[in-house]
Amino acid sequence: MRLLVNKIFLALSVLSALIGLTFLGWILITLFIKGLSSFHFSLFLNDLIEGGLRNLIIGQFILAGLASIIGIPLGMAAGIYLQEYGRGRYASLIRDLSDIMMSAPSIVIGAFVYAVVVIPTGGTSGFAGAISLAIMMLPVVINTTDNMLSLVPRELREAGISLGASKYRVIIDIIIKAAKVGIMTGILLAFARIIGETAPLLFTSETSNYFSLDLTESFPSLTVSIYDLANEPEESSRDLAWAASFILTALVLVINLAGRFITRNKH
Amino acid sequence: MPVMNIKKFSFTYPGVDHPSLRDINLPIEKNKITALIGPSGCGKSTLLRAMNRIHDLYPGNKYDGKIELLNEQTNQYSNILNIKKENEFIQLRQQVGMIFQKPTPFPMSIFDNVAYGLKIAGIKNKTELKDRVEIALKGSALWKEVHDRLNVSAMGLSGGQQQRLCIARAVAVKPEVLLFDEPTSALDPISTGAIEELLVELKKDVSIAIVTHNMQQASRISDYTAFMYLGDLVEYDKTENIFLNPAEKRTEDYITGRFG
Amino acid sequence: MEKIFQKLSLSSASLVFIILIGIFITLFNSSKLAIDEYGFDFITNPDWNKEVTIDTPLSDVTTEDIIIDEDDMIMDEDEVMFDEDNENTKTVFGGLVPIVGTLLSTLIALVFALPIAMGIAVFLAEIAPKNISNIVGIAIELLAAIPSIIFGMWGLYYFAPIVADIVGGYQVSLLTAGLVLGVMILPFMAAITRDSMNTTPSVLKESAYALGATKFEVIKDIIFPYSKVGIIGSIILALGRALGETMAVAFLIGSIFALPSAINDPTISIPVAMANNFGEASGLGESALFYLALILFVISFAVISVAKFYFLKKVK
Repeated sequence: MRLLVNKIFLALSVLSALIGLTFLGWILITLFIKGLSSFHFSLFLNDLIEGGLRNLIIGQFILAGLASIIGIPLGMAAGIYLQEYGRGRYASLIRDLSDIMMSAPSIVIGAFVYAVVVIPTGGTSGFAGAISLAIMMLPVVINTTDNMLSLVPRELREAGISLGASKYRVIIDIIIKAAKVGIMTGILLAFARIIGETAPLLFTSETSNYFSLDLTESFPSLTVSIYDLANEPEESSRDLAWAASFILTALVLVINLAGRFITRNKH
Repeated sequence: MPVMNIKKFSFTYPGVDHPSLRDINLPIEKNKITALIGPSGCGKSTLLRAMNRIHDLYPGNKYDGKIELLNEQTNQYSNILNIKKENEFIQLRQQVGMIFQKPTPFPMSIFDNVAYGLKIAGIKNKTELKDRVEIALKGSALWKEVHDRLNVSAMGLSGGQQQRLCIARAVAVKPEVLLFDEPTSALDPISTGAIEELLVELKKDVSIAIVTHNMQQASRISDYTAFMYLGDLVEYDKTENIFLNPAEKRTEDYITGRFG
Repeated sequence: MEKIFQKLSLSSASLVFIILIGIFITLFNSSKLAIDEYGFDFITNPDWNKEVTIDTPLSDVTTEDIIIDEDDMIMDEDEVMFDEDNENTKTVFGGLVPIVGTLLSTLIALVFALPIAMGIAVFLAEIAPKNISNIVGIAIELLAAIPSIIFGMWGLYYFAPIVADIVGGYQVSLLTAGLVLGVMILPFMAAITRDSMNTTPSVLKESAYALGATKFEVIKDIIFPYSKVGIIGSIILALGRALGETMAVAFLIGSIFALPSAINDPTISIPVAMANNFGEASGLGESALFYLALILFVISFAVISVAKFYFLKKVK
């Protein structure tokens, strides 16, 4: 009897895993089929105004890129503070707040940036969108830097100090280098995450049908446009949304896998 | 004159109410090897780590007494416990170097590892760097094995080689004192032997203090030995005397293995 | 140089604190209009953007409240308007529907995801051999990496029709939104539960096996009780994340400002209300949206904090 219960339980557990995998497979296959059927290379050559996705893809990268330029250095500096300089209650507080911020609703961050950037500057802008993404990226980079630095053995720091190096030199020359691979993976995963975000961009940078490099106006975004296209009645818009979804997912998964691959190589 | 003089030194770790070291009086003789031995927890590593003030990476320590370091030029002693400023700490560590139990190669090439201390001391001249790296590596008996692959990452060296690299790195800055914290306990017997030979060579140029839980090692290579127990310095003497004719009973019990 | 570096890293770390406080203050500020107007009744009022007649007869409206423009139209900040019967009406915003929608959709997601996530965690931690556990683990993490809007697309066009076939009713509804939300929090819950389970010391497990226990019994009697705290923490944390989920729910919940009479009725949630209306809102309407955002932020913050501080201390 016990063995029967055991077998049933194990079967249920395997079943759950299969369910999880099924969902993954279902989504990926759907994307593949629907996306590929609407896919053609002109998507990369035309902008949305002509039925292509070029401006949206480039725009999404620019937004994520700008967010990274802001978020990565700030996040790493903060992570360094937490692990190398911070002691006691303040550092613990910041660490906890950063963890909480990681799970905070992205649309609330969008509302925040709307109130402090969009309203005072009189309109949506690529800058506002990038700032929203940067705020989302910050706690993730902090978390990964903090964790990766904590894995560096204490003796390495002591060895550097014993040679007469000042603390910041030990951090930059030795500690960061030692944690380099882990931090890079973390950053790549953070990038993959924000490049797929929609909600924080909805009313901060919106999107645009045209090719644009002007960050002071509404800025083309792949994710926001998918939402718009899916809401349009025309079949062709829907198809375009699928093609865009396929490309977006491929992008996100490739970056995600690349991040994991780097860590794998080290070990 | 001893190159370092520890006088009535007491030390308490942060957040702890009883001192880990009590009233230690110990000279470190010039160009000699002084071994610190004793059972686990006796405070020998704590004492060693006070000599380059590495405890101060973790604030909140309490010091009492003096640790005096001889200034070669002026022939005066200065109390290193008084050091407060960043640049004075840096200077101290350039004079008193440390090698750890676990080899700690930096994630860079062999050359960059050895040159690191020199570069942060401001030496930029490429020829000078090359020369001093070569001298240091020769001085650590590593040159022959690595001279043709100096640009290779140090992480690829074996444990024994890595430890010799760390010694070369510390030696390159030409310190007056070198502190060794159980340098061979993580190494195989052959590497251990190589490093012990190295230490005996090195004392011609530096004064050495070594913590070891291996009594045979202490008796093999050291000139002076200090036996410590539960935070006290129980006995200090020439090594032959400690091992052949200890004055204190506790010393004798430890040496003969009555407690470990 | 050292001091500069230290100050820079301290400032960056403090940014976290500043931003969080900034969010709270900004939301509070921007919702002040709505808070002053509605107070706590906002939470219990199901009317959104409805014109409601005011009881006060026109004669009681004092002149200070009225601004008369060139066309002799009477207006004030509360968007007082004349309707055809020449009575006063104003637009009222109440947050009950989106609040209920948020809570219910999250609840559905939790109920759906919990057993599956537990099953996956058990599979990964205890049942699968190392290789399979690694591969399946990565697959589950990839599921977590899929952007939320993709879940919306797939959910709307492929998952919802099937659910509607089985259960009847609308395709866009509280139910379908909740289920897809469940699929989204599945990997997160499974991963943290698995990590919690892995903190169980091997010696404990081995002692139980040595007594002849089956795998099920070891999981039930040793591992789960040991990691109980972390597991509950993972559930609450997943709940916290689900509360704020926008895009997938936007595709699937129907965006109707009405309380659902059945589980397969369309309704709306706070993030979706914000997503749909922020662009065009102004004045009191916009402030009401900020009020919703504030409520969502406070609830999420509270839930996530509880998860973190009470339950997730052991697990990394």
